[in-house]
Amino acid sequence: MFKIKFVLILFTGFLSCTALAQDTTDLMSQLEQEVSKDDKNNTNITTATFKTTRLVNGHTVENVGKGVLDFKISHRFGKVNGGGYDLFGLDNATMRMGFDYGITNRFMVGIGRSTFEKTYDAFFKIKLLRQSTGNKKMPLTVSYVPTIALKTLKSLEPDSKDYFSSRLFFTHQLIIGSKLSEQTSFQLMPTYSHRNLVTLVTEPNDLIAIGIGGRQKLSKRVSLNAEYYYQLPEYKLANTTNALSVGFDIETGGHVFQLHLTNSQGMSERTFITETTGKWDKGDIFFGFNISRVFTIGKRG
Amino acid sequence: MKTLLSIATLLLLTGPLYAQKAYTKNGSISFFSKSPVENIDANNNQVMSVLNSQTGEIQFSVIVKAFHFEKALMEEHFNENYMESTKFPKATFKGVITDLAKVNFTKDGSYPVITSGDFTLHGVTKKITTPGIITIKNGIPSASSKFSVKLKDYEVVVPKLVKDNIAENIEITVACTYDQKL
Repeated sequence: MFKIKFVLILFTGFLSCTALAQDTTDLMSQLEQEVSKDDKNNTNITTATFKTTRLVNGHTVENVGKGVLDFKISHRFGKVNGGGYDLFGLDNATMRMGFDYGITNRFMVGIGRSTFEKTYDAFFKIKLLRQSTGNKKMPLTVSYVPTIALKTLKSLEPDSKDYFSSRLFFTHQLIIGSKLSEQTSFQLMPTYSHRNLVTLVTEPNDLIAIGIGGRQKLSKRVSLNAEYYYQLPEYKLANTTNALSVGFDIETGGHVFQLHLTNSQGMSERTFITETTGKWDKGDIFFGFNISRVFTIGKRG
Repeated sequence: MKTLLSIATLLLLTGPLYAQKAYTKNGSISFFSKSPVENIDANNNQVMSVLNSQTGEIQFSVIVKAFHFEKALMEEHFNENYMESTKFPKATFKGVITDLAKVNFTKDGSYPVITSGDFTLHGVTKKITTPGIITIKNGIPSASSKFSVKLKDYEVVVPKLVKDNIAENIEITVACTYDQKL
């Protein structure tokens, strides 16, 4: 009896020794497991759904980070079908210069000036939902972007009264995006646009379009982007076409270069979504680029 | 019988005494890249490390995406373009203090040591040997080290266009206090 007890004691003694003398690697993998469990209980917000805040002409779900200033220069050259005389459009360029700034990681503001119809624009973008994994799972990022544009080109009809309000255009966009994988992201952009003045009584003041866009990364620093805005037939201006754009993002540190082909020469929401007249099959294609340069000027929170 | 019993008791007692493993889950590792264009530094305060004072084994495990930068975009590029942290989520070091005899774990003080082992970064494992310091304070050991890593050795590709912004050799600083014991 006593012997059995003794063996038991000895046995538990050995057991506890081996349990404590488990080797360093085991202890490390145990730690790693604990930490990865903790990590699963955290919420991981998806980042880098797109390389920058614009896909080609329009917005992506991306924001600039808090305290980051993004200086953007965009060019759209003339129509490629202009022929050799205009060097396939390179003689005629319109450009937009803009500054975007991140007030928080979810809220950014921006201003810009386009040479096209001498237009000033201003917007803000707020992330309503953010795609995440972990404890809180959210499959989508949803951003809301309202834009106001002021056309300052002198009125072509000197007889009609020129109200300030007639020069204003409002666009509201909801951007619903998802990073499907490291390489592939996709988004939908329902858009409502309002203009105070229309040229014909028959034209609607309220225009509605639905955008669809995405990116496919070709390498770590290059991605292929495309966007298409479909205008609802009852809510579009006569003789306009749907904007279709394809392009590449090339990212090098603080710069993103975007090179693209599009049938739209305008770069603010109301122009490319509702006033595009180019037809791809007729060769009304504009070559263009955006250059984005970011500066971190504020402190990160 | 009495001798056997005392052996058993001895075994029970010495077991925990000899199992000298200390660990931490919030050690710190930072790195620094100095270049003519800009300095880049990042911090990680969620470093896991185990120190076995009996065998001299020392191990580190680092979650790459837990490195935080001052500039948001740098952090994004670090994870996306350079470290590929979704593909290679952690960096590890599994090594041994080669001159463990120098360290007296029961006496407060600073003991310079040499550590050598396998360092895995960006999916590439290399044998490294680095000097470090084991400090004992109130019986609690801590480890610190400063060493440099060549990006090329770990297949971290820096494009030509930004090669002036990122140093070829990155200086890494380790500081872990082993406040947990097993």
